[in-house]
Amino acid sequence: MFGKLTWSAIPFDQPIPLGSSLVVGLILCAVLAWVFIKGHAPYVWREWITSVDHKRIGVMYCILALVMLIRGFIDALMMRSQQALAFHAPGYLPPEHYDQIFSAHGTIMIFFVAMPFVIGLMNFVIPLQLGVRDVAFPTLNSVSFWLTASGSFLVTISLVVGEFARTGWLAYPPLSELTYSPGVGVDYYLWALEISGIGTLMAGINMATTILKLRAPGLTYTRMPVFCWTSLASNLLIVAAFPILTAVLAMLLLDRYCDFHFFTNDAGGNPMMFVNLIWAWGHPEVYILILPAFGVFSEVIATFSGKPLFGYRSMVAATMVICILSFTVWLHHFFTMGAGGDVNAVFGILSMVIAVPTGVKIFNWLFTLYGGRVRYTAPMCWSVGFLVTFAIGGMTGVLLAVPPADFVLHNSLFLVAHFHNVIIGGVLFGAFAGYNYWFPKAFGFTLDERLGKAAFWFWFVGFWVTFVPLYMLGLMGMTRRMQHYDNPEWYPWTLLSMVGALLILTGITLQVVQLIVSIRTRDRRRDPTGDPWDGRTLEWSTPSPPPVFNFAVYPDVSGADAYWGMKSAKLAQEPDYTAIEIPKNTPTGFVAAFFATVTGFSLIWHIWWLVIVGLIGAYATFVVFAWRDESEYEISAEEVARIDRANREARTA
Amino acid sequence: MNAAAPSIEMEEREPTSADGPASRRIVVGYGFWIFLLSDIIMFSAFFATYAVLNTATNGGPGPAQLFDTTNVAIETACLLASSFACGMASLAVAERNQTWTQISLLATGILGAAFLALELKEFASLVERGAGPTHSAFLSSFYTLVGCHGAHITAGLLWLGTMMAQFYAKGFRENIQHRYLCFSLFWHALDIIWIAIFSLVYLNGTRI
Repeated sequence: MFGKLTWSAIPFDQPIPLGSSLVVGLILCAVLAWVFIKGHAPYVWREWITSVDHKRIGVMYCILALVMLIRGFIDALMMRSQQALAFHAPGYLPPEHYDQIFSAHGTIMIFFVAMPFVIGLMNFVIPLQLGVRDVAFPTLNSVSFWLTASGSFLVTISLVVGEFARTGWLAYPPLSELTYSPGVGVDYYLWALEISGIGTLMAGINMATTILKLRAPGLTYTRMPVFCWTSLASNLLIVAAFPILTAVLAMLLLDRYCDFHFFTNDAGGNPMMFVNLIWAWGHPEVYILILPAFGVFSEVIATFSGKPLFGYRSMVAATMVICILSFTVWLHHFFTMGAGGDVNAVFGILSMVIAVPTGVKIFNWLFTLYGGRVRYTAPMCWSVGFLVTFAIGGMTGVLLAVPPADFVLHNSLFLVAHFHNVIIGGVLFGAFAGYNYWFPKAFGFTLDERLGKAAFWFWFVGFWVTFVPLYMLGLMGMTRRMQHYDNPEWYPWTLLSMVGALLILTGITLQVVQLIVSIRTRDRRRDPTGDPWDGRTLEWSTPSPPPVFNFAVYPDVSGADAYWGMKSAKLAQEPDYTAIEIPKNTPTGFVAAFFATVTGFSLIWHIWWLVIVGLIGAYATFVVFAWRDESEYEISAEEVARIDRANREARTA
Repeated sequence: MNAAAPSIEMEEREPTSADGPASRRIVVGYGFWIFLLSDIIMFSAFFATYAVLNTATNGGPGPAQLFDTTNVAIETACLLASSFACGMASLAVAERNQTWTQISLLATGILGAAFLALELKEFASLVERGAGPTHSAFLSSFYTLVGCHGAHITAGLLWLGTMMAQFYAKGFRENIQHRYLCFSLFWHALDIIWIAIFSLVYLNGTRI
């Protein structure tokens, strides 16, 4: 009846996962209880869960990312503390648990923190910057979000029902094959990523179509804000790379479920096929993450320097060059595979070449700062912190791109330090800069600056204190993913690294405090004009938070930095308001993701009848949606006029 | 500072092609094209895998011993005829002719189902001869590549049935016509993928 699922799947004998999942469950129940008792449930359902508004969906993506960030960071703390304790000792995490923790940490941080965070920012900002009312496919947008949430739900539930993969975040075969990983851990990994990967692919299609086909009149390609350009590149990469992930994980699933032989040791299978294919997705993936962050920095640095971005065209060209080159370097992730000196040399050189357009960008940002009236707000702190951190992370990357050096350093903590250096210093700093920068646009009040800067400093210092020791340990020969060790030279460095992790913990705590304090003091920090930073792009011409239709009339764009031009030319005369059609909210996304979760869960546990129920449910959801007669509702011209006039008055006051 | 800000390109406004957001029909078709491109990339991963593994026969039969080109030729004919019928349906939809729409879509479906039946027959006969997907890496990659196309056809048939029901129940509403545009793009794209399979798997395989 329930396939492989029995009571023994719950780890009653392991206090750590059981205790932590109890805490998570209690928090979840408390939140749900609060929502229901306070009578917020209908509001949450009508205005958020079923919402097809890109702004709401963007906010939900970011909330998902922040929640999962805490989960992934707890994993990181456990790893650091285990290594700090496990010198000549077993530590407190047994190997099979430790292996699950580093696998879950990587999987969660990439797929359920970094991805939702950048997709959330793109979702929220792009239609506003393009001067349009929504993304190309609003309902699909909701489906994408809920499928991502479904994937993170499956990863989270693996904490208490069964286990997670012990294979590392990319689940290389043959270790991830049924022979060596007979449990459900790898299945959790695979189905969670298949489901959320489809969500991401659809989000990418949606955003790419939006940017290419929906722009305000006059907003030509050469006038698009750089954030839109980098997002376009990122979404084109999603469209081109995520299908490879879907395919390669499907092959591993066939190996595990149907006894196929793609990557097995026997019957002609080829494990290196998996490594090649997964990195053909995985390398573009890192640019999918970093390019939107580059866009955030471009917006933030231009705004807070009070200048147009230096070298707009070279910035766009560099972005598109990175977009193409990102597909030509995947082999540098496995120089030691034995492809031969010539192949390694080609990929090594290409990997170094990709630093050139990135360097162009760094100099453009520096020249934007140069001669500007720089305001060091919290988003600006993250941006300048990024410039320093990312430049160094990029250089250690160029070092690793040299194949002989890579043969020495591969699989060591040096590599771990390098990719954290670019992902934390690039993607995460960018996400936090964007979070501080666009928060007032989303909620109508600013975040506390002092706490925001304090959080930045703890993160920044904490990052270096954590990862410089890992660089050193890597050079000293410590490999990654070690559960215990007995080399006394390593011990002080792992302790220092632990201290750094605690500094980052302080930074995260300060971010939580910043959010709570800002909400509690929101009446003092309202943003009546909708333009708290003296912004340059169209999103700052809307009220904060923007009305559901974003723009009362399509803005008429006549130059780069569209809103700056309008501000300089004073607000245009009041336009003729007309009624606006807005897509109706629908539970389709939520219901579809519910059935996807049911299907995924029952596939993991081999509950075949429930798989069929889930699939029929998903199809029925699709048919019900297709049968819908009214997909839009109308906002009257008077209502539009009322909202727009209030905004105009606030700006001229 | 505000006053000193340069009003960039305020004067030199050139006529542009970006006259605001595109029409719904264009947006839907364009988005679906991007989806099809991504789908083709997924197939290319399976093609690449097949290309790497097609000599890994594990001592069992290889392409030359297994493929029956006659069966494949009939399959191809069915699929191409199905696409032709789908094109006829597009014309009928443009004319808003319910009868001919339903007839041509039915023909599309029957021919698609015939293709699928022939493919399943081929798979069954191969399994009967001991050449199932679990025998070797080559066979795993063959069944996955061809089967993935078959799975797309199956999903397409389900979509086709839903499409016919929508035309029947809701008529030629604009958003249903857009959906039909996507369906026909999907159906024709599967032809393109099939032609690649036909050439690279079957023709190439029997030549070896």
